[in-house]
Amino acid sequence: MEMDPAAITTPKIKTENLNFFYGGFHALKNINLNVHEMQVTALIGPSGCGKSTLIRLFNRMSDMTPKTRAEGKIMFEGGNIFDAKTDLVKLRRNIGMVFQKPNPFPKTIFQNISYGPEIQGCKDKDFIYHRVEESLKKAALWDDVKTRLHSSALGMSGGQQQRLCIARALAVEPKVILFDEPCASLDPISTAKIEELILELKKNYTILIVTHNMQQASRVSDYTAFMYLGNLIEFGQTDRVFTVPKDKKTEEYLSGVFG
Amino acid sequence: MNSLKERLIKYAFTAMGYLSLLLLFGIMAVLFIESRPAVKELNILNFLFGPQWRPARTPAEYGILPLIAGSLSVSFGAISICVPLGAGAALYLNELAGETQRRVLKPVIEILAGIPSIIFGFFGLVAVAPFLQETFNLPVGVCLFTASIVLGIMTIPAITTICEDALSFVPRSFKEASFAMGANRWQTLTKVTIPAAGSGICTAIILGIGRLMGETMSVLMVAGGAAVIPKSIFSPVRPMTAAIAAEMGEAARGSMHYSALFLIGLVLFLITLALNILSEHISKKYRLKLGQGR
Repeated sequence: MEMDPAAITTPKIKTENLNFFYGGFHALKNINLNVHEMQVTALIGPSGCGKSTLIRLFNRMSDMTPKTRAEGKIMFEGGNIFDAKTDLVKLRRNIGMVFQKPNPFPKTIFQNISYGPEIQGCKDKDFIYHRVEESLKKAALWDDVKTRLHSSALGMSGGQQQRLCIARALAVEPKVILFDEPCASLDPISTAKIEELILELKKNYTILIVTHNMQQASRVSDYTAFMYLGNLIEFGQTDRVFTVPKDKKTEEYLSGVFG
Repeated sequence: MNSLKERLIKYAFTAMGYLSLLLLFGIMAVLFIESRPAVKELNILNFLFGPQWRPARTPAEYGILPLIAGSLSVSFGAISICVPLGAGAALYLNELAGETQRRVLKPVIEILAGIPSIIFGFFGLVAVAPFLQETFNLPVGVCLFTASIVLGIMTIPAITTICEDALSFVPRSFKEASFAMGANRWQTLTKVTIPAAGSGICTAIILGIGRLMGETMSVLMVAGGAAVIPKSIFSPVRPMTAAIAAEMGEAARGSMHYSALFLIGLVLFLITLALNILSEHISKKYRLKLGQGR
């Protein structure tokens, strides 16, 4: 499973012999994956292949699940994120996350975004306002909501809520954004908007996206990793993986033999 | 044959279902009928706001302001003890306690909720009152403060249970979103979890007040029984329930005193009814706000 020769960008995150266990269940087996800077990397594979498990390790959300254990390394900015001295707060500010189901807080649109700067201790109202505006603009939501910033976020449509969650993640100024099946509960039009947004965000952020939709992976990603039963089967530039997969399993999955 | 049996069963259960409604209206009817002479005879404003409750004197005075003040002061005293402790216990159970601790603590709290109130009365009379009398050098140990402590402790389990429910209804996804943005546990708790559970906690407090207003046995034992508006937290008081329970036996059936006691009951009933409606209203809004738990 060598690197594509065309890969010229540097890895932002690198996993080294990564293994993960839920109790006695070996969920991830010896994963070696490079996530390239300012590129979109898609994780695809059938349900239960470990792609969501893997993405939740990059910001250590996996810590919230009891009785789990990780072995190996995830290198990010010169350190292993599993090190005891890793500052989880800092790690999560650098690596933001958007979840499968839109999960805005039961607060106003404004408060949802200002939450990030506020928990960092920012009290400057002008600064916070600008950060909110800028984040909503980056998430292509500003024009939809600028007149109702102080109404409840729960009154928005599912697609708008998901873009709000993206804006909320951006407000913390992360370097990497993890998307865990961000369109799983959205309609096709909202999905298209999110995909468009991901392509736009790629200019400034390193993006990792889990998707069970192969078309989505081919539309938005530069690199694709195919996982199956906890193994990383194939990794490479998306065009190459989709047109000339090297592994028989990848080819079968992409052509719909199983899924 | 079979369908007849099923119909009979259905009617039987329908009857049982409506029985509680019938009983409720029956109780209300009794309250209204028995308190009618008092409503007719006594000016309702004088009754509610009159500063003297002297039913045994001639001429008798029927002003229940001291009794209402007794009920309210004991309730608020107890609330200020049981809300911090009960809500704190709920937060501990929900957020900090490990699986093993929760398995031990939850049943213990539920057992505490099942202790008859007269036991708490004993506890107040034998343990709390003498202790306070000695510590604060009081003429009598049974007073507003004692009653507040005893009722406060008594109500902790109820508050804990309802607050814990409210906290556990806060979707996990809110907390995940908060942690994923680099919030620590304290920030997540105070800025996400507690506000999201806020109306549920309010409901718990209002229901707690309602229950405290209706509590009788232990206040009869530890509140001191003086029908005067309390001047300090060490004044003895006579809450509405205690007045009814203590005087019903000596009031001649059909007398003005007898009818006035029913009118106190009616006032108490209306207060707790209003509190229940209020908490129902808040919890309904709360469910809408969380969007059915998303």
